[in-house]
Amino acid sequence: MPLEPVHMQLNLGPQHPSTHGVFRIVLSLDGERIVKAEPVLGYLHRGIEKLVEYRTYSQILPMFDRLDYVAALLNELVYVQAIEKLLEIEVPPRAEYVRIILCELQRIASHLMWCAAYGMDLGAITPFFYLLREREIVLDIFEIVSGARLTPAFFRIGGVREDIPPGFIEKVDKFLDMFPKKLDDYDQLLTGNEIFLVRTKGVGVLSAEDAINFGVSGPVLRGSGVKFDIRRVEPYSIYDHFDFEIPTNESKDCFGRYAVRMEEMRQSTRIVRQALDKLPDGEVRAKVPKSIKVEGEHYSRIEASKGELGVYIKGDGSTNPYRLKIRAPAFVNLMALPKMLENSLVADVVAILGSIDICMGEVDR
Amino acid sequence: MNTIKMVMISFGMLNFVLAMAAVIMYIERKAMGDIQVRYGPMRVGFHGVLQPLADMLKIVGKEEIIPEGIDKLIFKVAPFVVFVPACMILVTLPLSKTLQVRDLSIGIFYVIAVVTISTVGMIMAGWSSHNKYSMLGGVRAAGQLISYELSLSLVVISIVMLAGTLSMKGIVEAQSSFWYILFQPVGFAIFFLGTMAELCRIPFDLPEAESELVAGYFVEYSGVRFMLFLLAEYMNLFTMCAIATILFLGGWNGPFLPGILWFLIKVYILVFILIWIRGTLPRVRADQLMSLGWKVLLPLSLLNLGITGFVALIVQ
Repeated sequence: MPLEPVHMQLNLGPQHPSTHGVFRIVLSLDGERIVKAEPVLGYLHRGIEKLVEYRTYSQILPMFDRLDYVAALLNELVYVQAIEKLLEIEVPPRAEYVRIILCELQRIASHLMWCAAYGMDLGAITPFFYLLREREIVLDIFEIVSGARLTPAFFRIGGVREDIPPGFIEKVDKFLDMFPKKLDDYDQLLTGNEIFLVRTKGVGVLSAEDAINFGVSGPVLRGSGVKFDIRRVEPYSIYDHFDFEIPTNESKDCFGRYAVRMEEMRQSTRIVRQALDKLPDGEVRAKVPKSIKVEGEHYSRIEASKGELGVYIKGDGSTNPYRLKIRAPAFVNLMALPKMLENSLVADVVAILGSIDICMGEVDR
Repeated sequence: MNTIKMVMISFGMLNFVLAMAAVIMYIERKAMGDIQVRYGPMRVGFHGVLQPLADMLKIVGKEEIIPEGIDKLIFKVAPFVVFVPACMILVTLPLSKTLQVRDLSIGIFYVIAVVTISTVGMIMAGWSSHNKYSMLGGVRAAGQLISYELSLSLVVISIVMLAGTLSMKGIVEAQSSFWYILFQPVGFAIFFLGTMAELCRIPFDLPEAESELVAGYFVEYSGVRFMLFLLAEYMNLFTMCAIATILFLGGWNGPFLPGILWFLIKVYILVFILIWIRGTLPRVRADQLMSLGWKVLLPLSLLNLGITGFVALIVQ
């Protein structure tokens, strides 16, 4: 009589140092090899999609900050864009430029946070401190603009809350001068390291076909070699004014995703530089009715730091939405995790999970 | 009379190495802080020099939690199985020409035999904790230490061939003119890698990989028993670096300064290199570590042994 192998069930999370929040995977292990992986979600569910139905349109904005809290401004952008489209509001050019400068800085901050945590996942402690030091400068810039570092609530329907303060441009300028050199250093610290390469190359392979079928987006998709970036494919805001490249990587593994994010930070620096040079004068807020009432439906999407962030709004002509649905990129990307985990080892779980770049605030909403 | 003297010296030696463990803890935290653009401990004493002491006092004051459904006896004994061998090595460790508890004639052989025992303690701790993470940690510890001890021992044999003695003192005295690192650079590299694996330090800290196994085999321990694991780890760090110094860097040999000072300088250089590596490298994966151990280091150390033997034969 053949014996059935018994697999060990290992509960990774929800409280575990490297599941990036309260994420849980139930792993079936054969030794250290993974037979089955099953993500369990919902530990950070706050019901934001339902809560917003009881808020007016201007009260909703701060809640979007709490979705992906490492890239709060990008969340704000997608929301205000949707409302502006529905109300047909023309945003003043200066406001658009300020938004893009802040959003691209936010993308840099988000990727820095990711890279820092990724090094930590793989056991390299030191990059964490260096990369967070650089992120701190970006957060300081947000602080002088909006007064808050993590959840600025700075964008408004029809523009931004107020004009940029004096000293802002100099500060961003200084950061842009310093950052690319430092980034090369840190890139060297990780990619120049044989151990980092063997830990990421060929690990968590996701073919382009699978990536498209799972609907993943952002750096995970581009790391699988698909050149798809909403900033290019369907330019929103003023992205058609800038000259930048969409990095892709053909290696389709954790290293590919890492390389794409590193390159994206460089490209973001370029965009901010161009935006600073072209920054026009004028108003930063369009005329918007005091009480915002929305009729009709709209799906607005942007390229957030983690992928395609979409928001679908259906208004019934009252002051609060009838239904608001958020398409969180990390949630969709996470669905490809069991596929990537197939036949890998326990040690790879953190490497692969880390490479997706999840933020539980966004996944569970 | 002799017995009392012996006990006194042993006691002194034990305290000395415990003090060294505290010093290493402090240096490690400070050096890591420096590498990572932060200060490290600053509050307790001048620049935090008393931090290790404060930590130890705190750990002693903690409640010792013994989880339910575990194998109590093994769980309780395991920390001692790790800690006692760490102390036993000290018996034959020569700090200088005169500072040695006892010069055993089988010195280095004894050291290798004793070092291996602590592996058993790790497996016991991992197995008895009734925790899947700690069990994985224990299993990893077993696999890792076995695959590295082999090449470590083979390197030691080539040193013994050069020195013609197993006694620790004899090995150091044989290096009074030339350090063995000059004859055995490959051997030293293998030994140093093996030491890192033996000590479970980054990049080979798989049994206690924080980001994967939370804390590995001692995840369920607290209080004094946890402290024993911690102390054993730092004592081993000192003794392994001391052994590397004795085997390759000429022990207490050196001009002008007294022997003990030379010895400590060399040991602390090695300790610092280990800390430096910890601050720089990520962790390897278990299977990569195994393949490095069995496919690279073992053949290399065998080759090293063969060449050493051949050359020694010709020279004779």
